[in-house]
Amino acid sequence: MTRHLLSSADLSREEVEAILDTATEMHDVQRRQVKKLPTLRGRTVINFFFEDSTRTRSSFEIAGKWMSADTINLSAKGSSTSKGESLRDTVQTINAMAVDALVIRHNASGACQQVAQWVDASVINAGDGTHEHPTQALLDAYTLRSHLGDLDGRHVVIVGDLTHSRVFRSNVITLKTLGAHVTVVAPPTLMPSGIADWSKADGFATAWDLDEVLATGDVPDAVMMLRVQRERMSGGFFPTPREYTVGYGLTRPRLTALLARNPLALVLHPGPMNRGLEISADAADSAASVVLDQVSAGVAVRMSVLYHLLAGSEGAAA
Amino acid sequence: MPRPDSAPTSPTFSSAPPAQNPSPPLDPTGRDVLGATDIARCLRRIAHEILEHNKGADDLVVLGIPSRGVELAHRLVALIEEVEGARIPVGAIDVTMYRDDLRSQPTRAPRHTDIPGGGIDGKVVVLVDDVLYSGRSVRAALDALSDLGRPKAVRLAVLVDRGHRELPIRADHVGKNLPTSHAEKVQVRLSGHDGIPDVVRIAGGEPQAVRA
Amino acid sequence: MSDVLLIRGAELWGPGPDGMPGTGARADVLVRDGVVAEIGAVSAPKDAEVVDADGLVLLPGLVDLHTHLREPGREDAETVSTGSAAAAAGGFTAVLAMANTSPVTDTGEAAERILDLGTAAGLADVVPVGAVTKGLAGEELAELGLMARSRARVRVFSDDGRCVQDARVMRRALEYLRPFDGVVSQHAQDANLAGPQACCHEGEISGRLGLPGWPGVAESSIVARDVMLAEHTGGRVHVAHVSTAASVDVIRWAKARGIRVTAEVTPHHLALGTELVTGYDPVYKVNPPLRPSEDRTALVEALADGTIDAVATDHAPHARHDKEHAFADAAFGMLGLETALSVVADVMVQPGRLTWSEVATRMSVAPARIARLASHGRPVAVGEPANLVLVDPAARTTVDAAASQSLSRNNPWHGRTLPAAVVATVLRGRVTARDGRALTAEEALA
Repeated sequence: MTRHLLSSADLSREEVEAILDTATEMHDVQRRQVKKLPTLRGRTVINFFFEDSTRTRSSFEIAGKWMSADTINLSAKGSSTSKGESLRDTVQTINAMAVDALVIRHNASGACQQVAQWVDASVINAGDGTHEHPTQALLDAYTLRSHLGDLDGRHVVIVGDLTHSRVFRSNVITLKTLGAHVTVVAPPTLMPSGIADWSKADGFATAWDLDEVLATGDVPDAVMMLRVQRERMSGGFFPTPREYTVGYGLTRPRLTALLARNPLALVLHPGPMNRGLEISADAADSAASVVLDQVSAGVAVRMSVLYHLLAGSEGAAA
Repeated sequence: MPRPDSAPTSPTFSSAPPAQNPSPPLDPTGRDVLGATDIARCLRRIAHEILEHNKGADDLVVLGIPSRGVELAHRLVALIEEVEGARIPVGAIDVTMYRDDLRSQPTRAPRHTDIPGGGIDGKVVVLVDDVLYSGRSVRAALDALSDLGRPKAVRLAVLVDRGHRELPIRADHVGKNLPTSHAEKVQVRLSGHDGIPDVVRIAGGEPQAVRA
Repeated sequence: MSDVLLIRGAELWGPGPDGMPGTGARADVLVRDGVVAEIGAVSAPKDAEVVDADGLVLLPGLVDLHTHLREPGREDAETVSTGSAAAAAGGFTAVLAMANTSPVTDTGEAAERILDLGTAAGLADVVPVGAVTKGLAGEELAELGLMARSRARVRVFSDDGRCVQDARVMRRALEYLRPFDGVVSQHAQDANLAGPQACCHEGEISGRLGLPGWPGVAESSIVARDVMLAEHTGGRVHVAHVSTAASVDVIRWAKARGIRVTAEVTPHHLALGTELVTGYDPVYKVNPPLRPSEDRTALVEALADGTIDAVATDHAPHARHDKEHAFADAAFGMLGLETALSVVADVMVQPGRLTWSEVATRMSVAPARIARLASHGRPVAVGEPANLVLVDPAARTTVDAAASQSLSRNNPWHGRTLPAAVVATVLRGRVTARDGRALTAEEALA
């Protein structure tokens, strides 16, 4: 396995499956009274967050602590652009403290990839701009797998603001890696540029009409609703939130239509949810919803990622 | 290496559950020291020893250390149940996350830990492994156990004790003492785990007399 | 150094005395008192410095319509002196220094200061570009007339780094400059279609990388508007760093219609593609962004057929601490002065798309004409100012960013091996650079 986890494309199918298998064991550990494993004793993991995030940061922090690593949270919001110190200076300063891993969340796409070239530590991408969020894709795959079993040939529909979604970009890679079929749905203004060529090259489908995707063709096994960021609502990407909900929200009639075709279909959302906008309360709280499973999988998956990147001897793992 | 035969032979990302892991081939130049009937005899004796020592099957919990220790644990429990006619809780305790040699090894996937419903608090836990060598796996298993509960007592049963302890650990029940050199490998194959007839083989190093 | 210079046996590819294109005929060129004194078979005068130019190409000194020298304001990235050294090393005898310094070159005094800094450095003629609007704010016209009337004789005006967005402001600038024969060099970028976040070409790669895209139409729509304004006003518009095929089509159409429009292309837009940003290396972050191969093909064709008049470097030095940020946060721009001629040789000359004579036109004659520089881009003829560059077309050099004369290291050509090398640059009869190194003041006076 590579030293860093920068993109979901860094992981082969074998590696994704190994991480998910280990996560299953870690999930068992979470149910014990003593949740701590001694595995990463003496290792230092820095959670370096250039952008606010409560759930990802705390999930990495708990994962590190339960693996007995010394985890330290650093918040550097805005410092990358403050005059005088470059991003390289900032991360090399931290790297000089002999850390083993840098978990990085940054508001700029590609920041983790750049940082990995400047430091000795393992770099884990905890979300970079609108690029990728590989551990989110892993926990989504974990959640799907725990309900559906093998994802080979399963059909997952991803709906929402694809342009600005790192969750979409990582998920489409990991799901394809695991053999699933993926259809992404969004209004044209929220489709990333060049997606026609991109989807063809990478083997996933695109659509503008959510009802058509839910009602015809390949039966969905899961529908993943993406969060609509507040700032997009006034950004001219769609006329009004109301119109978005009518076109692309997982409303009660759509949930009914989905479950009529596949009573075992799952509903996912990376959170936090805008109830009433991209997902109705009915859908969010329905038996089909596995949103809380996703949250609970977060710690186990991140324990597993830390284990696979940090525990073994350097350079020994393939 | 504390458990020479259980380490993955190739430095690949070890992922598949043990049952799907192809066992490394037996060294054709090695010599067999235990066959299927010997192994069966050893286990039968150990089962009796455990019952005798415990004065029956009360509070017994048998936990195998993956991967082959788990099959041995199940075989021992079957033998004990045969004698006692009572159900004995059996499970597995993985020690991967507790090993002290993680940094010197390629990353290995943890195996499943399966603690029987009644837990281990106040129980007599019998740890079962195939080969006792440095004692480091057992040390790791003891640490893992202490995170899972507080047994009344912990005993150790092994099929083979090959010597060269690096820690103050000894087995309570030993199928066979096999003095070996460090250069030698002890290969254990069990039908359920490896899909070939039971055998214990010594390979490599200078040939050495086997003490009966 | 001798005041008399004899260049022996060079191939003459600059325009001849009649203005006709050079044919590469071999001759000796004697330079005395800053002008070409004799051409033909010349026996070396006793006091002459002789340069053996066997197999070398002689062109009029190169003229760069688009250079950022960073002084005043960011002398940690470049100064007029270091930028002039890079220019001389790259074969340039004149550079137009963009106005987006701090303070902005938007007054006659500011323009004269740049001129004087260039004269003091003495390695190339540094000609200030004046801002179109005060402080580059895009609202009120800067003192265009006072800059034109100053000692700096400013003729090229640009808000480069920013686009003159307001059509009415653009119209007024084009109209107002007519008495001065000035030109507006427009950085064509519709700020609504490609805002400040836009950091690479909008396409499949930006979609995959999650980088805010800069669509080609943000350029071509402004080019279309501007040529219509030029037609309406009768003014002169110059399109800076053209980067898209659609812009080329608009310029070609406008020229056919008789509109007074000229255009430049940078070496990097000819040679480098948008796929280079895949690794998020900010050295490839430039504005306008690197484009896909369809656009590059159109640019190469347009430069070959003359639709694009000139090559300009958009040399944009940046200090390390302004580049070593996340891609979206890093500064736009790349170095270009020292490598421009080699890149043009690589992309245009070696594949047979341009002759050396046409290189002389695109990199010297045309830019000098656009900027109304009287003493540059002249024929290689007796009595003309001796602004010359001597090029070894057979040389191959591997670019080393650390060896640059620029203060900055944001060099996208680092590690690439390029053809053709500048052997000597001559400014008014004085050698300013030899073998890719500008001479120091001491060397120049020795």
